[in-house]
This record gives sequence, C-alpha cells and structure tokens, in this order.
Amino acid sequence: MPWDRNQMAARAAEELEDGMYVNLGIGIPTLVANYVGDKDITLQSENGMLGMGPFPFEGEEDPDLINAGKQTITELPRTAYFDSATSFGMIRGGKIAAAILGAMEVAENGDLANWMIPGKLVKGMGGAMDLVAGVGKVIVVMDHQNKHGESKVLKACTLPLTGKGVVNRIITNLGVMDVVEGGLKIVELAEGVSEDELRAATEATIV
Amino acid sequence: MKKVYGSAAEALDGLLTDGMLIAAGGFGLCGIPELLIDALVESGVKDLTVASNNCGVDGFGLGKLLDTKQISKMMSSYVGENKEFMRQYLGGELELEFNPQGTLAERMRAGGCGIPGFYTKTGVGTQIAKGKEVKVFNGEEYILEEGIFADLSIVKAWKADETGNLVFRKTARNFNPPAAMCGKVCVVEVEEIVPTGSIDPDLIHLPGVYVHRIIQGEHEKRIEQRTTRKKEEA
Repeated sequence: MPWDRNQMAARAAEELEDGMYVNLGIGIPTLVANYVGDKDITLQSENGMLGMGPFPFEGEEDPDLINAGKQTITELPRTAYFDSATSFGMIRGGKIAAAILGAMEVAENGDLANWMIPGKLVKGMGGAMDLVAGVGKVIVVMDHQNKHGESKVLKACTLPLTGKGVVNRIITNLGVMDVVEGGLKIVELAEGVSEDELRAATEATIV
Repeated sequence: MKKVYGSAAEALDGLLTDGMLIAAGGFGLCGIPELLIDALVESGVKDLTVASNNCGVDGFGLGKLLDTKQISKMMSSYVGENKEFMRQYLGGELELEFNPQGTLAERMRAGGCGIPGFYTKTGVGTQIAKGKEVKVFNGEEYILEEGIFADLSIVKAWKADETGNLVFRKTARNFNPPAAMCGKVCVVEVEEIVPTGSIDPDLIHLPGVYVHRIIQGEHEKRIEQRTTRKKEEA
C-alpha cells in the first residue's frame, strides 16, 4: 500500500532533528507539524515569525497573528516576531535548516517546479523561490504521479522552475529518493511498494 | 517638526502625483494601511505603481484602488486572492511584475539603506532571472536585483510616539518596516499615538527618522482565513 497523506507527513517528520528551525509549506507539509513528537523543532512562518503555535481556540483569533497561508495562528513562549526583510534574511542566509514543501514537478537534477502552469491563472511564487534557494535542505513531499497517472518525478521539469538544482530529498506516496550525481537514489520504499513499482512510476533516472 | 496629522487625507495632502511609485506595507490583509488606502481612493490619484507583497482582496485593502482603476502596475509576490486583479491583468489593463517575496522585501530594505542593487541566489535559473546580470561568487551564480526607491510609503503600525518612533504588533509588522524605509516620504497610520517618551527606547521597532507624517484611527483589521480549533481538542 502506498503511503497516504498522513503517512507521508509522518515520514517527512523523521527528517527533522532536535533543535532545527524549519519552514513548512502549504498542504501535506503543514501536516508534518503533527508528527514531530518530542523533538524540539521551531517552525518559521516567512511573514515574520519564529515559533509558530497551533490554530487559536474559537473566539481567540487575532487579526495581527497569521501564518504565511494567511490563517490565524497562535504564539508560543519561544516566539519571536520580525519584519519580512529580516525573515528572508534568515532564509537566504541559510539559518533555516530545512524547508518541506509540495511540488508539481521535480527533476533528477534537483530542479523544482511548483509555482506556475503556463496558460493557467498565475498567482505568484510568494516566498517559494527564496526558500528553495536559501535554506539548508529542501525536502519535497508530493504524490509520485499526477491525477492522469503521469510521473511527477522527471528527467527534466516541463513547467517554469521555482529553483534550479535545489531539491535534496523527495518523499512521495511510493517512497523516499535522494538527488545524487547522475540521478535519483532510492532511500526507502513505502511499505508494500516494490522497487519495480517505484521504478515503473518514475520517469527520472534511478541510479 | 510636527508629524501628527488630523486625518489620512490631511496627511497625504501635497504628496500625491499621478504616475507615482508607492510602497505599501502589509501581508495579505494583515497590517495593511487601511485608512491611507481609503484616502488614496478619495484623492483620485491615478496611474499608480504599487510595490506591495499582495494586492488586497476584492473590495478591501489595495483591492479598492483596483476597483477604481487607479493602479496601473503592481510589484508583488502573490496576487491570488483577487478576482478583479485577475480580470484587469488578463485584460491587459494592469501590469504585473512578479518578485520573489524575499527579493521584494530586500529591494525595499536596500532602497531605504541607499543600496541601488544587490546579488541574490533567489530565482537563479528561473524566469525571474531573465534580463538580469548574473555574477559568480565562490563558484555560485547570483542575480542582480535593484533597490526600490519609492516616492511615497504608506504603512500601518500599532503605536507611534509624536516623533514617529514605531512599534508594530505580532505578524502585522511584516513588510511595514522595509516599505517605510524605501520611501522619500513615509506616512504611517497607527492605532494609538502615545506621548513621546512613553515607549521604552530599547523596544522601538522602527525609529522616527523614517517617518514623516502620522495619523491615528480605527482599523477594521479583516481576517482573510479564520482558522480555529475546538477547546476539546486541547
């Protein structure tokens, strides 16, 4: 059985180490926060906050306290606020250990596309280009194939790039792969998924 | 050196010209200069270029200036929450320059610091890099981005003293300090103007040197995505 969304998030949480400052993207990456367990992880929200807390209780929403997805959130005892230039200074400066984010396409050379589809409504890249260019480690969490059954793990991206050669590790419903010299290396298979199944679902070169 | 004005319209008096470049603070609808935006709508100033991370939502925030067709160009990182924006953009009425969010923030900060350009790794090898100078430092490619020097900054803070020292609140700080810094003239709206000397000087987020005019007023502070959890989940 391939992993479901929560299992992918749980697997991604295993990538996080005690003491890390981490930025989580929207979608499955947001769920990673539910699986960090006892590890001391500080979440960054790129609109200007370290130490992001859970959603507020009903009636306790504060319009001055939101995350990068514009959702109301809460603060923690460790929380620090800062402006957007400082926020992206710590991202660009490599102070954020890892970013976990979703993708439309990833290529075997680490290229990432997750911000626009030509001909469709373009909303913008937000902070994605800054994050993938700046943080210590970029971990992509996504379904291995699109809804038409086509591989999203490609030899080369077809969509406009968010970053060139930026992805370190890919976690999909079928397993975990690392970007290495010459292609992708299988690190782990989802329970019940064979290597042949993963290879058959992957366009990228597996070394 | 009187910085405190009676209303947003008074604070903007004499500062507005058609075709000007305005830097606006705020992220989504959080920490946006609501009152100054309303006054810009009232003023009728047009053909504006606005540097702002987002462009409000339909009928609120900078969306109001779209409804009246006063904006001709936006410099933003994300504009997905606004149907009128998309209508004008796809219809060719509105120009859009996408900036990665951190690049936009740094372009404002740089402008405010007298830095006309800087090199960044953000966007290398993407369509953002098109037409930009590439330079190699320590074996890695960087692209040249330019500082933003705005004609006017419109900013929202939580508190100001009468000399313009500012304190922001939580994540409503966001783009407000860099936006404030990059304008030739900076007008700030706050929830409360407090007597000079009543803010601990060590706790001032942006010193008054960047601030030229201040107004106080009531803010709607609309929430874009209200997300909560139930007490029993705790």
